[in-house]
Amino acid sequence: MDATSLRLTCLVGGVLAAGAADAVTLPEDQAEAMVHVYSGGGVTASGPALLVRKSLADRVSMSASYYLDMVSNASIDVVTTASPYRERRDQVDVGVDYAVRDALITLSTSSSKEPDYTAGSVNIDVSQEVFGGMTTVTLGYTRGTDKVGKKGYGFIDNAKHWQYRFGVTQILTPRWLASANVEAISDDGFLGSPYRVARVFGAAVPERNPRTRSSRAIKLRTIGDIGDGPTRAAVRAEYRYFWDTWAIKAHTAEFGYSRYFGDAWLADAFVRFYTQQHALFYSDNALTETAYVSRNRQLSSFNSVGLGAKLSRSFGRVQGKYEVKANLSYELVRFKFHDFTDSRTNSPYAFSANVLQVYATASF
Amino acid sequence: MKMRLALLMVSLVVASLLGACAAPQPWVKPYERERLADPIMQFSRDALSDKHREHVRVVREGARGATGVQGGGCGCN
Repeated sequence: MDATSLRLTCLVGGVLAAGAADAVTLPEDQAEAMVHVYSGGGVTASGPALLVRKSLADRVSMSASYYLDMVSNASIDVVTTASPYRERRDQVDVGVDYAVRDALITLSTSSSKEPDYTAGSVNIDVSQEVFGGMTTVTLGYTRGTDKVGKKGYGFIDNAKHWQYRFGVTQILTPRWLASANVEAISDDGFLGSPYRVARVFGAAVPERNPRTRSSRAIKLRTIGDIGDGPTRAAVRAEYRYFWDTWAIKAHTAEFGYSRYFGDAWLADAFVRFYTQQHALFYSDNALTETAYVSRNRQLSSFNSVGLGAKLSRSFGRVQGKYEVKANLSYELVRFKFHDFTDSRTNSPYAFSANVLQVYATASF
Repeated sequence: MKMRLALLMVSLVVASLLGACAAPQPWVKPYERERLADPIMQFSRDALSDKHREHVRVVREGARGATGVQGGGCGCN
């Protein structure tokens, strides 16, 4: 056994030995109400969202949320190959958390409905505190099934999804923590859009996607308290690497800063960089006949930069009752495509999007 | 005799390994975690806000997963 393996064995042994810690705490009772707006590239999606969480008997916490998207779509694909349309998407999530000693077991289900697409999933997540509460280990699994439809034809196909996730969060010092997460996702079925067209030798043809996809992602995060005296402030940094069997590789980096102004105001600022390389079968205009071909912008080579800010105002905690907060969040995102041509101008496509959230939270 | 000596040596090595496993101990005590409990030290603060932002990204980007958020989201468009 070399020195490294010995250290590793000892760490694992120590972590297991220190497993007996205080019981895990349930998420606190909460109600949230939000209005959200996304506007960019000819698409506007907006609507309300609600969430309620309530605990029962100190052991169980139940949550339910509703989310509505009213979509008006006149994106570049739609205006150049079809006609603008409006549609609505309703999503309902229900979950239950159960605390057992140092573990929190979460069972939840999600259902989303659009006129021509329905998606349902069941999730199980287990979170376990070890090493005197300094380390939190999480494991999760999701099974999803979608029905894919086409206007005038009804539901024509389906897609199945399997998600496996694992994470570790570690307290490093009284002011610093870090986490690592990995997730593997496999898909099987119809993985494109029945409306979208690809371009082959300049002619529009229905896109052809593989019926399977498998992806991996790893994310590292760290957050540190940099407050001094009465000033409370924190900085965070995140990085994610993604790769899949369609040959997409993506990097995401995000940096954030949070600071209190007095007891009532909390301000956040963040910047996010995203870049990806296109799928193997993506083509702006294919010049060879291949089994698979797509001109889906989501699979192209592009990068985006997001700049965001959030302001929260606390109206104080009423003793023995609740605390109410009002929040305003805004993000400006700039997308720049490298191999997706805007056929109206014959130049690479680019657009800016605005993401706005106005919401109130009440903790009991 | 040789066999016994070897057994003794192995026992000593195993004992010393197990002894070393007593460490490490948790070095940040519960009473030192006040700053870590502040909302600004949480990776995810408001569930609905995160869900919306995540949905906006997942329908536009090729990458997905490992967000650190529980639950799998939906495969919706």
